Amino acid sequence: MSILVIAEHDGKLLKPGTTNTVTAAVKIGGDITVLVAGHQCADAAQVAAKIAGVGKVLLADSPLYAGGAAENLTALLQTIAGQYTHILASATGYGKNFMPRLSALLDVQQISDISAVVSADTFVRPIYAGNAMATVQSADKIKVITVRATGFDAAAEGGSATVENLAAGPDTGLATFNGQELSKSDRPELTAARIIVSGGRGMGSGENFKLLEALADKLGAAVGASRAAVDSGYVPNDYQVGQTGKIVAPELYIAVGISGAIQHLAGMKDSKVIIAINKDPEAPIFAVADYWLVEDLFKAVPELTQQI
Amino acid sequence: MKVLVTVKRVIDPYVKVRVKSDGTGVETANVKMAMNPFCEIAVEQAVRMKEAGIVSEIVAVSIGTLQSQETLRTAMAMGADRGILVEVAGEVQPLAVAKLVKAIVDKEQPKLVIMGKQAIDDDSNQAGQMTAALLGWPQAAFTSAITVNGDTADVTREIDGGLEKLTIKLPAVVTTDLRLNEPRYVTLPNIMKAKKKPLEVLKPEALGVDVVPRLKTIKVEEPAKRSAGVKVADVQELVAKLKNEARVI
Ligand SMILES: Cc1cc2nc3c(=O)[nH]c(=O)nc-3n(C[C@H](O)[C@H](O)[C@H](O)COP(=O)(O)OP(=O)(O)OC[C@H]3O[C@@H](n4cnc5c(N)ncnc54)[C@H](O)[C@@H]3O)c2cc1C
Ligand SMILES: Cc1cc2nc3c(=O)[nH]c(=O)nc-3n(C[C@H](O)[C@H](O)[C@H](O)COP(=O)(O)OP(=O)(O)OC[C@H]3O[C@@H](n4cnc5c(N)ncnc54)[C@H](O)[C@@H]3O)c2cc1C
Repeated sequence: MSILVIAEHDGKLLKPGTTNTVTAAVKIGGDITVLVAGHQCADAAQVAAKIAGVGKVLLADSPLYAGGAAENLTALLQTIAGQYTHILASATGYGKNFMPRLSALLDVQQISDISAVVSADTFVRPIYAGNAMATVQSADKIKVITVRATGFDAAAEGGSATVENLAAGPDTGLATFNGQELSKSDRPELTAARIIVSGGRGMGSGENFKLLEALADKLGAAVGASRAAVDSGYVPNDYQVGQTGKIVAPELYIAVGISGAIQHLAGMKDSKVIIAINKDPEAPIFAVADYWLVEDLFKAVPELTQQI
Repeated sequence: MKVLVTVKRVIDPYVKVRVKSDGTGVETANVKMAMNPFCEIAVEQAVRMKEAGIVSEIVAVSIGTLQSQETLRTAMAMGADRGILVEVAGEVQPLAVAKLVKAIVDKEQPKLVIMGKQAIDDDSNQAGQMTAALLGWPQAAFTSAITVNGDTADVTREIDGGLEKLTIKLPAVVTTDLRLNEPRYVTLPNIMKAKKKPLEVLKPEALGVDVVPRLKTIKVEEPAKRSAGVKVADVQELVAKLKNEARVI
């Protein structure tokens, strides 16, 4: 078997998720090649070459691949896809954007968001917001798969793969990249954080999120949010944890003023330890919490920040 | 310009689904159904563009059993002009959905196709991007803003680190994210009006599309359950548990 893993990176470093995707590839078994496609991303290719288990890194460095636009990237992938039995990427906003496009170009049915590998053609994936787990088998000649990072450990360092240049593919001219507005933060990324402090509608305002930020900074944690907090404009969209936001599984997840809707639980219920702080003794979030405190958050959070 | 929107009938997002005891799927008998929330956002977007004078006609498409006609009627009550149902009995996987939508696009020639970013039942997040691929059109997945300027559109996409801006050529496929708009409620007069709007029913064979599933579902199971937690009396006890029992801080 011959597996291609498409790396997600910022030009210099790999994004969390890529090394977990390599672990999924190792579980499938076979030769593993990592593709680093982007603009000015040679450093990221060097990082990829050091992942244990990776045999070869392909570097496609061209302005055609700046940003996350799917059209040119899939046109490139189409030219090399035939060499592989499996093509994998993380089930993040990046992978979810171009992988289905690739899959349709190859006339194969993608397998989305796998959380376990049963065999080279059989995989487990959550459906219905994680309320059911489906085991599915693919008969397609190339398996196009997106990988849920929380289902796999990150691959270790220790590899020494060769880096080869891959010539740029065609320019489809279909889309023009006009830049990104990235949220700036010194805190860890949500999907990589060991601890996450998340706030919901109960926070009442964006200003009040400062309470959570103070707690997060003391713990070295990332800050997340429910959809209600994002929709209310308290925090940016990239904070959203859930079925239709980010899927996280940190060591510790602290849910503050979050009721625990199915869609929120879908994004965090695989966390190792869950704490919930809510003034409603009936809040559904308590059903998944290891420890819960029925109290006003405006009293509890500052106390917690102080006592930790 | 003409716009095509896709609407999928799914289990209501607020219903807690139950896995069938024989492991073949989830219980759908006597369960409340609704339009997929991301499809509601797609219809709303098309209707707003029509109200703004950019769009002349909205065609809503659904793929499923005859019951999906209800979902199409809802789309028409929101403001779609007519509906097309592709009647399929069993499971239709995203690649087949994309092939069917492409076949309808070939007939209808819309300048824009708006689809949901994901259906909240199977959570595949594929059909829109696949449709764009099969048509050879640009795609804007997970869109939170769209402005049409003649033969191009400026779009803002929700990405993991924030937002991304693209200019795409039309025709194109756009998939909706939560913040694109807030869908309207349908009113009784509009529900009555929708009953009179045209609704065509087609079969996949008539469109020349093979809908046989490529992925075989071997089994469907309950996820692993978390063990029951404990209530703590105050912050002090919470901190003690975290330090001494869970050892996570
Ligand atoms: C298609 C779709 C997709 C969705 N995707 C997501 C998703 O990805 N992520 C997500 O999170 N949601 C998602 N949702 C929304 C979800 O259904 C809920 O509406 C949302 O999670 C609720 O957010 P919340 O818990 O912050 O707000 P609420 O449900 O309003 O809960 C607020 C909580 O705060 C508590 N509270 C209030 N004041 C205080 C106080 N002073 N002290 C302590 N506690 C207090 C209340 O008791 C309450 O439990 C989605 C919904 C749909 C339909
Ligand atoms: C065991 C099992 C049994 C199943 N049985 C059935 C069944 O009997 N009947 C059934 O319908 N499904 C069934 N499904 C679900 C079916 O597999 C999924 O609907 C299919 O894979 C499409 O995935 P998705 O809807 O998540 O697509 P996504 O790619 O997430 O959908 C994205 C968008 O595409 C559009 N779209 C997708 N599907 C349709 C559609 N049908 N009509 C209009 N627009 C659409 C919508 O705008 C949607 O928001 C079953 C799934 C499993 C696991």
